[in-house]
Parts: sequence; structure tokens; C-alpha cells
Amino acid sequence: MTRGRERAARPASPVAGMGVLWVGGSSDPLRASPRSGEPPLTAVAMSGGLDSSVAALLLERQGVPVVGLSMLLWDRSQQVRHGRCCGSLDLGDARRVAEQIGLPHYTLRMDGEFRRHVVDPFVDSYVGGRTPSPCISCNTEIKFEAFRERARRLGAGRIATGHYARIRRGEDGRYELHTAVDESKDQSYFLFELTQEQLSRAVFPLGELTKVEVRELAREAGLAVAEKGESMEICFVDRGVQEFVESERPELPRVPARVTTTAGEELGEGAPTYRYTVGQRRGLGVAAGRRLYVLDVQPEANRVVVGDRDELLVPGLVGRGLHWIAGEPPADGVELQVRIRSRHPGVDATVETGVANGSTGACRVRFSGPQPGVAPGQAAVFYRGTQVLGGCWIEGALGAA
Amino acid sequence: MSVAPVYLDHNATTPLDPRVAEAMLPWLGGLHGNPSSVHSFGRAARAAVEQARQQVADLVGGSPPEVAFMASGTEANNAVLMSTFADGAGGHLVISELEHPSIQRAADRLETANVEVTRLRPAADGVVGAAAVAEVLRPDTRLACLMLANNELGTLQPVADAAAACRERGVPLLCDAVQAAGKHPIDVGSLGADYLVVAAHKFNGPVGAAALWVREGAGFAPLILGGGQERQRRAGTENVAALVGFGACAAVASSELDHRIERLGSLRDGLEAGLAGSPDARLHCASSPRLPHTTHVAFPGLVGEELVVRLDLAGFAVSTGAACASGVVEPSRTLLAMGVAPEEAIASIRISLGMSNDEAEIDRFLPVLAREVEALRALSAEPVAAR
Repeated sequence: MTRGRERAARPASPVAGMGVLWVGGSSDPLRASPRSGEPPLTAVAMSGGLDSSVAALLLERQGVPVVGLSMLLWDRSQQVRHGRCCGSLDLGDARRVAEQIGLPHYTLRMDGEFRRHVVDPFVDSYVGGRTPSPCISCNTEIKFEAFRERARRLGAGRIATGHYARIRRGEDGRYELHTAVDESKDQSYFLFELTQEQLSRAVFPLGELTKVEVRELAREAGLAVAEKGESMEICFVDRGVQEFVESERPELPRVPARVTTTAGEELGEGAPTYRYTVGQRRGLGVAAGRRLYVLDVQPEANRVVVGDRDELLVPGLVGRGLHWIAGEPPADGVELQVRIRSRHPGVDATVETGVANGSTGACRVRFSGPQPGVAPGQAAVFYRGTQVLGGCWIEGALGAA
Repeated sequence: MSVAPVYLDHNATTPLDPRVAEAMLPWLGGLHGNPSSVHSFGRAARAAVEQARQQVADLVGGSPPEVAFMASGTEANNAVLMSTFADGAGGHLVISELEHPSIQRAADRLETANVEVTRLRPAADGVVGAAAVAEVLRPDTRLACLMLANNELGTLQPVADAAAACRERGVPLLCDAVQAAGKHPIDVGSLGADYLVVAAHKFNGPVGAAALWVREGAGFAPLILGGGQERQRRAGTENVAALVGFGACAAVASSELDHRIERLGSLRDGLEAGLAGSPDARLHCASSPRLPHTTHVAFPGLVGEELVVRLDLAGFAVSTGAACASGVVEPSRTLLAMGVAPEEAIASIRISLGMSNDEAEIDRFLPVLAREVEALRALSAEPVAAR
């Protein structure tokens, strides 16, 4: 059995080309270890998937003290399925990998926090006619907040995850969040709410690697999860969203929504409103002889408005919960690129804030050209080149200028 | 400065005694045979198993034919509960809330099959009184279960008195003695139980070997059916190597019991004297009759799970209570049943000593424990501002 002390004594063997920037160091009070002279303990969040397993492997190879921690987020002991992030079989994989690498590993029960901060808001969001982005709340509230606090209490001054994103320290000393080298795997969108303090204590060992390289590293090391597939998009929804919402809110009346066009033309009854999301094209539940998209979901009126693709186009969005990673808006203006959903390529835009300090609050984002699929509940994330500047939560579309 | 971690969790399982390992080795290599076979290989295996049966019978003060080998204490406990109610006629079952999950969950199952279950709560001293058992017996009570020593607190239960009360009413008593074996004298004659369970791995024997002692004349219907092994009480080819190890650890325990009790008690007293120096350590059940090696202590305001992890990272293995298969720790049901507040139950850890521990380890452990408790206290006191 390998213990932390032994690893610390072992010479560091950084992986060539890994390029994680070890900012901070022992002179940084945030990272100071209670036992002087030892590097700080790092907790790796291990889901049992390929990415976090390799993140753990890379850290361990650097010779720093590492502990593996898994979160029990969603207890589905009644219906365990392999390949999902939260199933207990995956926690078993995490334990196995930790043992292979030689890390101490523990499981933290966090299903209460997960339900409160992620699952319940997710369901409320659909019921309210919005399209939630639960992975962002999970990062903001669970991984980089509740989990980090639990890790800190176990003696780990910083946490590492298998996210594909990069943290850098700018010339002004501030922490910057950047997209991953592997653009197809980039997860920076889901991290836009991180603060300076959270970034200062976070490590993303995979940010400079491609998925192919990550899998190759797992294979070379003979990790048990080397051939494991991708986790599902929303780890706790194992059926359709509609079924999930209904199982979570059995008291919800399952009334079919009226589906209408913007002109008020009634197309008939579809599914309940929580089944729909703005921009959706398939499975509308009504036939109109032409390709239609969901434009608006109105639970109070029990109505879903549909229309042509052109009608989806809007010039901008109204946001709330504006957040700048640097703690303030960029000094050189608010011309930037915005992504209005995780796989959006991004569009030039300007941000208008009504709030002086800019750290929270309402804002408007004006696109350089009209964009389809601005869905309330999703996040609008601001980029400049590879750097994530911040973002906001989408309240609705900006009316035509 | 690489130091081997110190194991202070002997109630979970114990290291194999080298003498036991030596006894087992021939059966893990050179020798083999099915004890049921007529040829020389089978006869040698049979002889080894029967010698082990004698050794285990000696440990508990019973006779060899009364001992049926099984694979685990859990299996043996399950077997007795299921056997008692196998006829489907229902009836009444009495258990204590101190019992191991192998009794509690089996009782839950029986409850869904027309069996009425009475669950006796321990008093604040971690003991279920014999009078409390006597009080709940009914004409239709078919079995009562009272463990000899609790796995979390180490408290000894008045099994002899409870068994006497049961016998008066014609109720058989199952005594789970898994935690007591090797650390406390066991004599089925004076205990008066009808069924008694011990398992090898809790006292320096191998995992995979346990014994159910059944008083001559007490009923028993096997849980596992098949060949006629173990005098029809447990089908399945005998695990010869593990049973030989079981016999060996029973023999060692029988001959060394007094020494062990004294040695473990002295180590424990040293540990608890050290803990007494900590103003906020609260010992549980320290003045109750108990096993010599188990210390249960709360540090109010802390989370025991966090302390266990920090101690593990610092090289000391303790636990919050019962080991759980999932690795997820929850407040102890035993403590809650005793009336301990949930905050204090969560703040507890269990330190269980073994024969391989020594004073030097305790001396190293105490300052590390104090340091980790202090670190957690400092974190708890810190305002949650620096976020």
C-alpha cells in the first residue's frame, strides 16, 4: 500500500508536455500547507470515468501528495447501471483506479447537496419553461464549493478535476480560465461561474491534452477504465427528461400543452410544456407540414409557441447573474465573443451592464448578427480568444432593435 | 521516513496470526482433498476439518458434534433466524438494536413474512438488560437474539441472565459472539444460549470460516441445501484451509486468552489515559462491562468521518463504527438507539486494538490524533468567509 508520505519522498516525474502551470507555490498563503515544507495535499475528484482517472494519474506522477475523493451524488442503488457518472459501479471503478495508481481514496456522500443545488433546480427549471444547464450548477455549487470545502476539511488545500480547460495566471497576477487544447472536448463553458479564489485552488491536469492522448495515457498505465466510453450528457437523467420530471414531481398535472404559431394558429395539443425547450425541432407532437421550431415555452398559459427557423433568430439576450472571472469587467471594453449554449461556436457581441461593479446582476448581450436558439435557463458565456471572461444566465431574448 | 501505517481497527478484521498462516499453508499448496471422499486424500482433509472442529468446540466450551462450520458469521446468524421461522407459521422474534446487521436485516425480511419483531433498545450504557428481554417474551416468541459483545462499543451483554429468562419460557436464544471470541471467555455451558456464532477473522484467523454452535436438541433447518456436509446443517464442500486456520486461531486464543485480555486491557488503558488528557474527548460506555480492546470516543462538534480520513492520511487506521461495503459512512444506528444525539454520534470514532499493537504505536497515535482534532477544530472555527 502506498501512502502519501512515501509518494512525497519519491522524486517528481512530471509528464513531458503536460504543461500544467503550477502557479502559487508554497509562498502563496492560500496554498500553504499546515505542515511546513510539504507540498499541499491535492484532492482529485474521481468519478470513475476515464478523464478524472487520468487526471489522478498525472498528478500522482508529479510526485505531489494526492488523495482521491469520489462524490456519491445521486443514489440509484435501486437501479444501478454501468457507464453513468453516479452509479455505484462507477464509484467502484474510482476505487479500483485509485488503488492501481496507489492513491488513498474515499467516498463522500453528497447526495443531499446535489439534490438541493442541482437536481431540484433542474426540475423546477423545466417546470418553469426554461432549459437548465445543470453541469454549470454542479461545478459552481458542488465541485468547486461543497466538495472543495469537504476536501479542505480533510486537509486538501486544492482540488483537481478531469475537466478539459486550462487555468493560467495573468501578468496582473489574476487567475485566468482558458479553453482546453482539445477544442472538441473543451468544457470551459461549464466553468464560467468560477471565482478567483476557486481558480486559485483548482488544477485541471487535462487542459493541455487531447482526448486521444488521455486515453493513450490510461492504456499505457493499464488503468481499468482505459476503454470506458463517454459519460452521458446529464448524469442523473437515465430516461427522457419528461419521464424524469414526472418521476420527480408526481403531483404535476400532466396536461398537454396547446401548440400555436406566432400568428396564433392552433396546431393542436402536444406534450406537457416541460417536455419542450427553445430551439427544439424534433418530437413537437403536432404536424404542420413544414419544419417548425419551438420559439417560446409558456407554462402559465400552458402554451408552446412554434415557428419557422427565421423566427428563432434574435439580436441578443437579457441576462442575470452576470459574473466576471477577473472580478470586474475587462478594462479594455466589453466587445467579446459569446456562446449561448455549450456547443455554440460563438458570436461577436457586446455586453451592456446596468450595474456599476459588474460582479452580479442584470445585463444585456447584443450579438453582431442574429442568432437562433436563445433558450432561457442556459448560460451565455463570454470569451476572448481562448480566455473565458465570464458570463450570465439567459433570462430571455432581446427584443428586435 | 516511510513508516508502515498503524492498524487500530481490529473490530473490522484482524491480521492473520503467523502461527495460523503456518497451519494453513499445507492446505494452500501441498495437500488437497474433499473431506467427503473415501480415499486417502479425503481422509486427510476430513481429519484436518475434524481437528479444527475440536479446537473450535474447545474455544466455546462445547462438544464437536454441536459445531457446524459456515462461511461467515453473517451466514450463521441468517441461518438461525431463517431456520426458526422456516415453517412459515409466523410468530414472535425478539432482537436487540445492538445486533449486527446480519440479524437486523434478516429480522426485517422475516417481518415481511408474517413474523412480529420486537427490537430492544440498549440503555445509555450500551447494554440491553436481561429483564428487558424477559419482559417482552410472549407465548408465541420463537427466538430471542442477544449478542455477547457489541462490535461498535465493545459493551458486554448479560447473555447468561437473558438466556435463563428465555429458558424458563421455553424460548431459544441466539448469541452472536463474533466480536467476543478471542477477547473474552466464552462457555456455552454457563451462557445457556441455544445457538452461538463465532468467526475466525475477528481473532487473527482467516476470513471465510465461521461456526454455528447448536445446543444438542435445539432445532435447526439448514439455509444452504445440497450435499450432506456438516451433518446436514450446511451443504457445500468444506473450505479446508480456512477451517484449519480457524481451528488454529481458536487453539491459540484458548491458550492465550488471559494474556490477551491483560495485554489488550493495558494498551487500551494507556490509550484512554491519553484521551482523558484531551479536554473535549468524550468516551462512550467506558464504565460499562466491555471487551478489553475497544474504545469509542466522541469529539463533539467534529465529523468522525473526517477525522478517520485525516488519521488514515497520517498513517493510522481507525473507523467511525461498522465497516460499510460502499465506503460511505453514516451516523451509527447503535449510538442513535442508545439515545446519543445525532451530532455526537457523527462526532465519534472507534479505536479497536489488537495483539500486534504496542505501546509505542499508542504513543505515536495520541499526538497525531490530538493534532488532527485540533486542525479540524480550527477549520470549524474559521469563518466561512474565505471563499
